[in-house]
Amino acid sequence: MDQNRIRNFSIIAHIDHGKSTLADRILEVTDTVTGRDMRAQVLDSMELERERGITIKAQAVRVAWKGHQLNLIDTPGHVDFTYEVSRSLQACEGALLVVDAAQGIEAQTVANAYLAIENNLEILPVVNKIDLPQADPDAAGAEIAELVGEDPDRVVRISAKTGEGIEAVLDAIVERIPPPAGDPEASARALVFDSSYDQYRGVVAFVRVVDSSFSRGEPVRAMAQGTRFEAEEVGFFSPTMVAADALRAGEVGYVITGLKDVSKLRVGDTLTSERRPAAEPVPGYEDVKPMVFAGLFPTDSDDYPELRDALERLKLNDAALFYEPETSQALGFGFRCGFLGLLHMEIVRERLEREFDLDLLVTAPNVAYRVVTKAGDEVEVHNPSDMPSEIERVDEPYIKASIIVPKDYVGPVMELNTERRGSFDHMEYLSEQRVLLVYELPLAEIVLDYYDQLKSRTRGYASFDYDLIGFRVGDLTRVDVLLAGEPVDALSLIVHRDGAYARGRALVDRLREEIPRQFFDVPVQAAIGSRVIARETIKAKRKDVLAKCYGGDISRKRKLLERQKKGKRRMKQVGSVEVPQDAFLAVLNLDGPKKDGQKK
Amino acid sequence: MTGARHLYVHLPFCASRCGYCDFVTVVGRQGQHRAYVDALLGELALERETLAPQLESVFLGGGTPTLIEPRELERLLRALPGALEVTVEANPETVTPGLAELLRDCGVTRVSLGAQSFQLRLLEVLERRGSPDDVRRAVYAFRDANFDNVSLDLIYGIPGQSTADLEADLNDALALEPEHLSCYELEAKRGTRFTHAHGAELAGQAEAMETYFERVVVRLTGAGYRWYETANFCRTPTLADGRDLRSRHNLAYWRGRDYLGLGIGAVSTIQGRRWKTTPRLGTYLTALAAGERPPRELEELPVPVRQSERVLLGLRLDEPLSLAGLEGALDAAAVERLEGLGLVARGAAGAELALTDRGRLLGGGVTAELLA
Repeated sequence: MDQNRIRNFSIIAHIDHGKSTLADRILEVTDTVTGRDMRAQVLDSMELERERGITIKAQAVRVAWKGHQLNLIDTPGHVDFTYEVSRSLQACEGALLVVDAAQGIEAQTVANAYLAIENNLEILPVVNKIDLPQADPDAAGAEIAELVGEDPDRVVRISAKTGEGIEAVLDAIVERIPPPAGDPEASARALVFDSSYDQYRGVVAFVRVVDSSFSRGEPVRAMAQGTRFEAEEVGFFSPTMVAADALRAGEVGYVITGLKDVSKLRVGDTLTSERRPAAEPVPGYEDVKPMVFAGLFPTDSDDYPELRDALERLKLNDAALFYEPETSQALGFGFRCGFLGLLHMEIVRERLEREFDLDLLVTAPNVAYRVVTKAGDEVEVHNPSDMPSEIERVDEPYIKASIIVPKDYVGPVMELNTERRGSFDHMEYLSEQRVLLVYELPLAEIVLDYYDQLKSRTRGYASFDYDLIGFRVGDLTRVDVLLAGEPVDALSLIVHRDGAYARGRALVDRLREEIPRQFFDVPVQAAIGSRVIARETIKAKRKDVLAKCYGGDISRKRKLLERQKKGKRRMKQVGSVEVPQDAFLAVLNLDGPKKDGQKK
Repeated sequence: MTGARHLYVHLPFCASRCGYCDFVTVVGRQGQHRAYVDALLGELALERETLAPQLESVFLGGGTPTLIEPRELERLLRALPGALEVTVEANPETVTPGLAELLRDCGVTRVSLGAQSFQLRLLEVLERRGSPDDVRRAVYAFRDANFDNVSLDLIYGIPGQSTADLEADLNDALALEPEHLSCYELEAKRGTRFTHAHGAELAGQAEAMETYFERVVVRLTGAGYRWYETANFCRTPTLADGRDLRSRHNLAYWRGRDYLGLGIGAVSTIQGRRWKTTPRLGTYLTALAAGERPPRELEELPVPVRQSERVLLGLRLDEPLSLAGLEGALDAAAVERLEGLGLVARGAAGAELALTDRGRLLGGGVTAELLA
């Protein structure tokens, strides 16, 4: 294909603004699939993605339109995968920025639009769902045109649901998005913008060929990691895998590498041919590091080997997942896992429970800390209980948060951000009604219950997104929890010194509610070092009997005791205290409302 | 092979159903008393070979055994095998001097009177028909008929019952000098009318009433009663001419002995099998009128289940449980831990286990933890 007749583009949209439906409709209109065979939403392959309405792993589909080859590169829709989104965008020359005609732009739209602009993409604004009765295409069009600096008349209005305007979108892609640059004669370079693992074929790399071409059998090297392999097969998706002799400059497709370990080929790396080796890789490669950590423990300690195997298998498909064995005094053997963000964590947890049928206890998440000890050693701490006691300095990750709210909720959002150690960056009116607030916040303040608080304080109207902006020094301290005098490692937390007393108090109160009364008094204490900052006592039970037990009651009483026994097994024995699993999550929701029905 | 030495006979008839009751009871149907006694005796004939030649105890429970036609009650008592201890449960308002004499003449040695409370207000909450004075009159009637083993049932934890009310009930009960007392905490059993009406209130006051059990134990042991089972007390031998006033029949349950139960809804446990007879009166009468066994629900008790039951029943008593053959039923680490907490005590070089006094107040949870 003549390079000038290729168009590479992505669709970027807030969740539910119709990205998948638009992609499906493009496949239909271009006769790539017939409506009859099409599984709704072809691009979302995993069951989980479909349920959550988000796309985790990018893929690319080739379609033909009026003598042109269009490559639709799918992007993950969530902040946790910003790096992957940016690599996908780097593989394109243009992007459809889709906005719901009834909802207008959302924080995620803004964050992704900025990413597209940073990647020098031609942005094609699209207003979707114009068929909805509550649609206001003029207002949504004005917002999006304003955001990307485009003439409102050039905003394409469509209904992916009814198919209206799809052809106009395809025409606009051909007319307005430039063809790929790339030099067919230079040394070979291809950007890896995604990869997945197939148990029979090994790692499959999704690539955009930048210069020259890659053929089947080509000896290939990944420039950043130095991994070498032979291209077992090259080809493209249309929508299923179609093998080809070669992928040429400007084209998008896949390379079957035969590699058995997904970590050997990272997203963002550049492939080159050993026959025509390039001197410089495509810029932009980063070794993405997990920022959010949590302990994963099997509820039943006998399941530890199953958990280990499951993590190994997930890791095959998810290079960003990090894990290492962890031993907790309270929770036994498990793994400390690192995630890109909260959603990534939630996805991994759900996959472990659903696909591997594991019953898990996930501890409250924390962020990565960079610590300089008094002795001058630098360590990265992934677990509050590992925080050294002699600290010179602690740096914690910060984010830039974009929050869009109706103007009436600006006050409550500012208040929340102030409570969470946020610093105001700027604010702009997107329209008369809607305001964009930009704050810098410690990531640690987001990982606990920020989303819930934001939602409840704005009645669900806020839309939120963030970008990591690096590490900054923080006045942080570790708060430990002691049950019956014994420190419980799994309940330690790292907090800002100013909030330590309040957090310790809230945690102790919550634990007193969550932990059932025992056969003896259980003091619950929060402490910084050896100084106790809060204390409560769970009073011992004074009575626990089955009143009557005669000949006709024995079977029933026995079953009752068996159930009671089972209930006890679900508890974790921490020293002499039986602690329900939920108590380990108490730190998650310290400011939130108390749970109903938990009073003992 | 020796047969069961303990016989339970269920008499389901009641004048009305108390709101909190979840026993198998039948209201009205006076016309069927005769047929029911015939059926009981028919069932006894069918099961006779499971019983030992000489019985240790017979227990007539209900329902309200004393509500049955006196003629029929007499016919039943005279036809039942004799035993060292023959107990009949009675509701206070049904007891007359004539009934007391009838029971005595028929070989009854012990009566168990459902007093429940001595305060009209609380009896009304329980929907009991008798009054506090009915209780007293009934006790006097039994004394006049020379009964020297009278037991009173009390219920505590009744909605609206203060600690002063509880103390008053205990005092009123003790004033009647019963040989034996059974004290039960009111349970809101699922599906009862009472739970529907008072369940929420009962749950709400649970914490306030948590000390009631302890108060009952302290008051009764202080008055010279032996706390021989979780909910049962009897006069110590020194206050009873050296007699052991524990209920022989109920001790059999707690010691894991075999027992035969006759009547609707009655449970039998013999040779590792447990069965419950149909709770339906019509079905029961029809089957036995035809000379057939009534339908039963059968439960096999495998050895580990029998062992667990031995532990859960045995630990209700104030005598140590011999652990011979029960080692597999216990969680050794839990025994250790609970001993450390002062809730259980091992004796006879580890061959026996008993709950301490505090352990007995927490007996349910402690036992759940002890079981493997």
